[in-house]
Amino acid sequence: MSEEVGKITWISGPVVRARGSRHVGMLELVEVGEDHLVGEVIGLKGDQMTIQVYEETAGMQTGAPIYGTGLPLSVELGPGLIQSIYDGVQRPLPLIEEAMGSFINRGARFDPISREKKWKYTPKVKVGDEVTGGAILGVAMETDTFEHRVMLNPDDSGTITWVAEAGEYTVNDPIAKLKMGKEEKTVTMLQRWPVRRARPFVNRRGANIPLITGQRILDTFFPVAKGGAAGIPGPFGSGKTVTQHSIAKWADAEVIVYIGCGERGNEMTEVLQEFPHLIDPRSGRPLMERTVLIANTSNMPVAAREASIYTGITIAEYYRDMGYHVALMADSTSRWAEALREVSGRLEEMPAEEGYPAYLAGRLAEFYERAGYVNNLNGSQGSVSIVGAVSPPGGDFSEPVTQHTKRFIRCFWALDKSLASARHFPAINWLDSYSEYVGDVADWWQEKVGKDWLGMRNRAMELLSEESRLSQIVKLVGPDALPFTERMVLETTRLIREGILQQNATEAVDAYSSIEKQIGLLELVLYFHDRGMAIVKRGAPISLIHDLPVVDAIIRAKSTVPNEELSKLDDIRKQVDEQMGQLDAEYRS
Amino acid sequence: MSDVTVRGGQEVHGVGRIEGPIMIVEGGTGVSYDEVVEIKDARGKLRRGRVLEVGEGFAVVQVFAGSTGLSIDGTSVRFLGTTLHIPVAEEMLGRIFDGLGTPIDGGPEPLTDRYADVNGQPINPTARIYPRDYIQTGISTIDGVNTLLRGQKLPLFSGAGMPHDQLAAQIVRQATLGKEAGAPATEGEEFAIVFAAMGVKNDVADYFRRSFTESGALTRVAMFLNLADDPPVERIVTPRAALTLAEYLAYERDMHVLVVLTDMTNYGEALRQISNVRGEVPSRKGYPGYLYSDLASMYERTGRIRTSKGSITQIPILTMPNDDITHPMPDLTGYITEGQIVLGRELNFAGIYPPVTVLPSLSRLMKDGIGKGRTRDDHPRWGAQLYAAYARTQDVRALASVIGEEELSEVDQKYLKFGRAFEREFVNQSFTENRSIERTLEIGWKLLSILPKKELTRVNLDEIEKYYQGDDATN
Ligand SMILES: Nc1ncnc2c1ncn2[C@@H]1O[C@H](COP(=O)(O)OP(=O)(O)O)[C@@H](O)[C@H]1O
Ligand SMILES: [Mg+2]
Repeated sequence: MSEEVGKITWISGPVVRARGSRHVGMLELVEVGEDHLVGEVIGLKGDQMTIQVYEETAGMQTGAPIYGTGLPLSVELGPGLIQSIYDGVQRPLPLIEEAMGSFINRGARFDPISREKKWKYTPKVKVGDEVTGGAILGVAMETDTFEHRVMLNPDDSGTITWVAEAGEYTVNDPIAKLKMGKEEKTVTMLQRWPVRRARPFVNRRGANIPLITGQRILDTFFPVAKGGAAGIPGPFGSGKTVTQHSIAKWADAEVIVYIGCGERGNEMTEVLQEFPHLIDPRSGRPLMERTVLIANTSNMPVAAREASIYTGITIAEYYRDMGYHVALMADSTSRWAEALREVSGRLEEMPAEEGYPAYLAGRLAEFYERAGYVNNLNGSQGSVSIVGAVSPPGGDFSEPVTQHTKRFIRCFWALDKSLASARHFPAINWLDSYSEYVGDVADWWQEKVGKDWLGMRNRAMELLSEESRLSQIVKLVGPDALPFTERMVLETTRLIREGILQQNATEAVDAYSSIEKQIGLLELVLYFHDRGMAIVKRGAPISLIHDLPVVDAIIRAKSTVPNEELSKLDDIRKQVDEQMGQLDAEYRS
Repeated sequence: MSDVTVRGGQEVHGVGRIEGPIMIVEGGTGVSYDEVVEIKDARGKLRRGRVLEVGEGFAVVQVFAGSTGLSIDGTSVRFLGTTLHIPVAEEMLGRIFDGLGTPIDGGPEPLTDRYADVNGQPINPTARIYPRDYIQTGISTIDGVNTLLRGQKLPLFSGAGMPHDQLAAQIVRQATLGKEAGAPATEGEEFAIVFAAMGVKNDVADYFRRSFTESGALTRVAMFLNLADDPPVERIVTPRAALTLAEYLAYERDMHVLVVLTDMTNYGEALRQISNVRGEVPSRKGYPGYLYSDLASMYERTGRIRTSKGSITQIPILTMPNDDITHPMPDLTGYITEGQIVLGRELNFAGIYPPVTVLPSLSRLMKDGIGKGRTRDDHPRWGAQLYAAYARTQDVRALASVIGEEELSEVDQKYLKFGRAFEREFVNQSFTENRSIERTLEIGWKLLSILPKKELTRVNLDEIEKYYQGDDATN
C-alpha cells in the first residue's frame, strides 16, 4: 500500500502544493487527500512538491495527506483494451457508470483491464528459448478475429523456464516463466508502461506506404504515410471532427486509437453508438472491434485532459509493437495545449506566447515524434500514424499551437471557414494544404493501381492553382473576358471541386472511396478536360461544353457509382466520347 | 448530484486584504477549496462568497455581492464547510430567483430537502443518449437549414440592438416536438423552461416574463435574474444555479427542459474581471486561459441520459462585442456548442426578421435528426443545396458590384434573383408566423426553381423530378 509522503499546503483548481518527504520522485504518481484522488508530481523544490490532480479538487483541505506510490503515471497494457472507452488516465468509463450512475464522481478506482475475463491463449515460445524485450510469447484472441500478440516487457530478457499450455487465461494468470540472471520472473498478459516514456523500437523505416482513408482529398491530393503525422487545423464548425471520425471509420489501419481531448461528450457518444454497427470494409467486422476510445471531454478534469494524449499514444505504440498499423486521432490537440497552459498558469510560470508555457513546442515535438513506421524489437514492423486536430482561436493560423504543430508534422490539412459556409465538405483548402509524403508514396500508387497517380494528381493541382489565378481576374472583370481555353480550365476545376474534392461523410456511397474509384474519377475528369480543350482550341464556344449533359453525370458520379461498380465510370467515359465526339466532328473542318 | 445540508462552520476574523470582489482571509484552518463562506460586515449584514484558493493559514475568497462596505477590521467570515448548493424542486417552476437562487418574488423558500451542488458533475459519455428528436420551431432558418434537436446546445450569436430576445422568445413559444407536431412542447407537465439573465437590463427580463405570460407558459418557467445593476460576481453562479435546477427537472423528474441563458458575454466579463484582479496570466483579450473549460462546464450540462426520459436543450444568447465572431466569447462558445445561429446587421437593417445570417450559422446535430422517417427524405440535400446556392449568390453579388448587374451571365442573374427571394421569402417571416416543416421545404423548392436544373447538383435527380417547379426544360 502507499505511504504518506506529505501534507497539502495550497490548493488552486487542479494544482496543489504539499510539504513532506524529499524522497518523492518527479512525475511520481501520488494519491491526494482522504479520497485518494489521482495526482502526479510535476515540480519539486526542497521538501515542497507541486502536484497536478486528475480529479475535481473542490472540497479538499490544506493539511490533507499525500500518499506516494513510487511509480510514474502508467497505463495497463494487455488484451481487453480494444473496444474499451477510458477517461484521460485510463479509468474505464462503463464501470464508472455502473458504480456511480450517469455522472462522474470523484475517487473512482477500477482496473482498466478486467482481471476476470478469460482470453484464449496460444503460446509461441518453448522452454529453453532465449527471449529479449518485445519478444512475442504467445497470442490471445482479443476479439473473434483480432490476434493480440503478448509481448515480453521491453526492459526484460532471459531464458524461458516454463510456458503455460494453450488455454483460457485471465491477465493475472502466469503464461510463462523467465530466468533473468539469478531471478526467476513470472510473466502474465498484463504489463504497465509509463505514459510519458516512448516505447522503444530498433529503428525507423521509410514512410512510403500511404494510410488510405477513403477520403479523396486526403488520399489523392494530400496523403499521409503510415507512420506519418498530419495536422488538421480549422475554426469551429469547419469539419475537424467529422474528418477525424471519417478517418477512424475508413482508414486501412488495424487498430484505431481515438482521443476525444477536451471536446464534446455527444461526439464520443456518437462514436460509441455508431461504431459497433458499422462494418469495417476490410475485415467485415464491426468497426468497434479495432477501436480504443479515450474520452476526456471538455467538462472533465483538465489535468486528466493533459494526460489523455499520452495515455492514447502509449496504447497505440503497444499495438505497433505487435506489428500492427495503428492510426491515432487526437481531437483536439489545442485543448491539450490549453490544459498545459492552465496548469502552468496556476504554477505562475513565466508565460511565452499567448500565455502558453515556453515548453509548449517541446511537448508538441515529443508527441508527434512518437509517430513512426518502425522495425520493432521483436523483428516485426508496425506503425503509428498521428492525426492531430488543431483549434486555433478565431480561426487564426498564426497562433502558437498551429505554428508549432506545423514544425513537427509533414502533412497539413487546412480547413477553411468559407468553404464550410458554402457547405463544401470536407472544407479542406486545396491551396493552403500540403503533404510532404506525396513523392514518398507515388511508387506505392503506381504499383497498386498501375496508373500514373502522381502525374494525374499534379495535373489536377496545377489546374486548381490556375483556377485560383483566373478567378482573381474573373472577380475584376467577369468570366466573359477570359479566352475559351481558360474558361475550359474553369469548367474542369468545377468538376474537380464538386466531383472529387467534395465528399459527403453522411452519404452511404460517397463516404468511402476506394483507391480505384479515386483514381477512376480523377482519370475521368482529366479525360473530359483533354477532350474539351481540344474542341475549344478548334473554336467551339465554351457554352457548348458547359451544357453537355455528361457534366452533370461526372459531378454526380461520386454518389451514383459505388466502389463495387466502377464499370459505371466507363459508361460515363463513353458518354464523354459520344457527346464530345459530336462537337469534335462539328468543329473539325 | 449530491445531497448536502449546510453545517455550522468556523468563524474567522482576520481579513488581510480586500481588492475588488476578492478578499484574503487569514487564520482559518482546514478551509477547503471551493467552499462557501458567509461574510458579516461591521453592521452585521450577511453576504456570501466562495473560496478560490487556499494556502497555509489563508484563503482567497470571492465575494458574490462585491466588497463595497466591507472593512478589514469590521468583517468576519464563516466557512460553511460545503461547496455552493441550491435547493431544487418541481415547485420552483413559476418562481423568480436572484442570481444565487434566492427567491425574489415575495414567495417562500422552496420547500424541499434536496440541495444540489451548483457546479454539477460531468455526464459520463457512456451514459448519454445521442440526440435525434427534432424540435420544430416554426422558423425556416432554423428548422430548414439549422435544425434544433432535443438535447442540443445551440446559441444565438447576436449584437447590441438586434432582435435576439424576440427570436429566443419565438423559439420558446413555438417549439413543438417534430414527431408530435402540433402539440406545443411548452404545454403539459413534462415541459419546463429555465431562464437565466446575466447582467441584462430589467426590460429584457420583463420582456421574457411577458412573453411567457402571453403564451401561458409562466407556470412552467423558473427565472434566475442577475440584472445589470446586480453584483457582477454573482453572474458566475447564475447560469450554474439555473442549470442545476434544469438537471434536476430533466434527469430526476423526466421533463424536457429548455434553458435560455442571456447574455453570456456579460458572464464572460465577470469572469475576466475576477481573473484580472487576481493577476492571472491572461490568454486572449484579457480573458483567462481557462475560459474554454469554464464555459464547457456549463454548456456540456446539456443533453439526454439513458436513465431518464427528460432532456436539456440550451439556447445561450451572446452579444458579440463589435459584432466580432472571433472575439473569445463567441469563438470559444462556438467551439463547444453544437452549432450557432448568427444574426446579422445587414439583414436587420434591410428589415428582415429574423435577421439570421445563414452562411455562418450551423446546426451540427441537424444531420442526425432530419431526413427520411424524421422530416422528409430530401431535407438534407435540399439544405445543402440552399446553402451552396446562397454562397454562390454572395460571389455573384461581389462580381456584380464590380462589373455591374447587366454584365452578369444569365445564370448569374438568376442567382441574384434567387438570393433576393431567399432573404425575403425564406429568411424573412413574421414574429408570429409558425411555419410547418413542409411549408419551409416548399418555400425552399420554390426558390431553387429560380435556378436552372443543372445548377442543382446537391439534390438528386429524382428529387428534381418531384419538386422542381421552374420552367427550365433541359434534360
Ligand atoms: N465531410 C463532411 N460531409 C458532410 N458534412 C460535413 C463534413 N465535414 C463537416 N461537415 C458538417 O460540418 C459540421 C461541423 O463539422 P465538425 O467536424 O463538427 O467541425 P469542427 O470539429 O471543426 O468544429 C458537421 O456537423 C457537418 O454538418
Ligand atoms: Mg470538433
